[in-house]
Amino acid sequence: MKKHQKITLALATATCSLMGGLPKAQAEISPDYGDWDVSAALLFYSEADRVTAVEPVISAKKQIDTDEIISLKLVLDALTGASASGAVPTNIAQTFTRPSGNGSYTTAANETPLDDTFIDTRVAISASWEIPLSRMDKIVLGGNISNEFDYTSIGVSSLFSRDINQRNTTLSAGLSFASDSISPKGGTPNPFSDMLPAKDAGYSATRLASSESKTTVDVLFGITQVIDKNSLLQFNYSFSQADGYLTDPYKVISVVDATTGIPIDYVTGVAIVPGTTLSQVVYENRPDSRTKHSLFTQYKRNFSGDVFDISYRYMFDDWDINSHTVDFRYRLKTSETTFWQPHIRFYQQSEAEFYTPFYLSGSQPTAGSKTEFSTADYRLGEMTTMTLGVEYGHVYKNHGWSLAAEYYLQTSAEPDNKVGELNNQELSPDVDAFMLRFNYDF
Amino acid sequence: MRSICIVLMVLALSACSQWGVKPWERSVLSKPEMALDSSPLTSALDDHIYFSKEASSGGRAFGGGGCGCN
Repeated sequence: MKKHQKITLALATATCSLMGGLPKAQAEISPDYGDWDVSAALLFYSEADRVTAVEPVISAKKQIDTDEIISLKLVLDALTGASASGAVPTNIAQTFTRPSGNGSYTTAANETPLDDTFIDTRVAISASWEIPLSRMDKIVLGGNISNEFDYTSIGVSSLFSRDINQRNTTLSAGLSFASDSISPKGGTPNPFSDMLPAKDAGYSATRLASSESKTTVDVLFGITQVIDKNSLLQFNYSFSQADGYLTDPYKVISVVDATTGIPIDYVTGVAIVPGTTLSQVVYENRPDSRTKHSLFTQYKRNFSGDVFDISYRYMFDDWDINSHTVDFRYRLKTSETTFWQPHIRFYQQSEAEFYTPFYLSGSQPTAGSKTEFSTADYRLGEMTTMTLGVEYGHVYKNHGWSLAAEYYLQTSAEPDNKVGELNNQELSPDVDAFMLRFNYDF
Repeated sequence: MRSICIVLMVLALSACSQWGVKPWERSVLSKPEMALDSSPLTSALDDHIYFSKEASSGGRAFGGGGCGCN
């Protein structure tokens, strides 16, 4: 039916053009470019003993004019579980104040301290508008808003691209800007102050403001090249500048006895007594700017219906982190409508120059210091990760579905300056996660 | 490492002028599975996971901000 309308409209347009122009009434008839093209996915992510996430996402795309497309996307992200606080494990039970300052939680002996109140729901909406500027040029304008109970992000982006060399080469350049604000439970902490209960007399001095903000500017340059009738190649360089509050307000650093390696009681300054005293932990502090550079390349080749897809990214920044990422997929066509796709991803990063897994008592910076930086967040430590997965899919003429299962393993390096009891503890244990993803194209 | 990457990029760019196909040779390249980002929803979900678990983001597209990600 719609095809017939299109053909009718095209014939009418051609006829009127030959006759010397479109009548006004007919010129205002907009062509029918079809219905919304809708895709959806549901991700289930689960770490053993830590975070569990369920993330449904739906997107819709519609062509509104020749080469002009609008897209909308809605993402929900429901998180529950526990997250590593940064504190070290030890051979006796430890008690910590919750991030709000109210209440406490206890970590068993020889267990990594995890804050078990971690629960959050994120909603993100994004839209983009692809506009042809000329036969070879186009621009994609985008915007996004994301909100969770303590975090809001608003961003805009534009990506210009030009086809050259008989459309075998595409040059692109883009700019994006994001403004984020964070309002942590209890307020933003004073760097290196002890994490105190709200009832403690010194509590108010450990919190600075109810909210903080940061901005991120990204610049992207890319080139995509058709190599032959079966393969193509892409190179991207991207630059990212983040300024503002880059500290994680929920992360802390343990203070341990310099000889025994046992966490100390924040009041008495001696080893903690299980169940009666709180371990001394101080709030982390990160620099207020970060400049990142990324080089990315992707090669894709068709082998008689199968698709070989490999990409590599090298990232380095002024926090002294550099990383290598290799991502490989092979789409094995098993019939005209089915495929299997194994996936392997390898990632390795070096640690930030201010990564500090613990402080020996007395060596921690003075509370309130803004000039010293440190974090015990293992995500800024030396790390290697591996993802192994497989996807099975059905593709029909106008729709399709696929189901993917993946296993993710993070392995972190242990610090080489451990003392006393810390030598018996694993400060950065392996973290593994299982992922299940279902995609459906309507 | 950085210089090796830059040299490789320059070599690849100079090779671009030698590569390419005629318009009628694009039947394979025009298949949906041959798009560089053939499953944008999958890419977005993956990027969000790795953004919240590792110290790197972006590369394929903008890195941006967007979540507290504890």
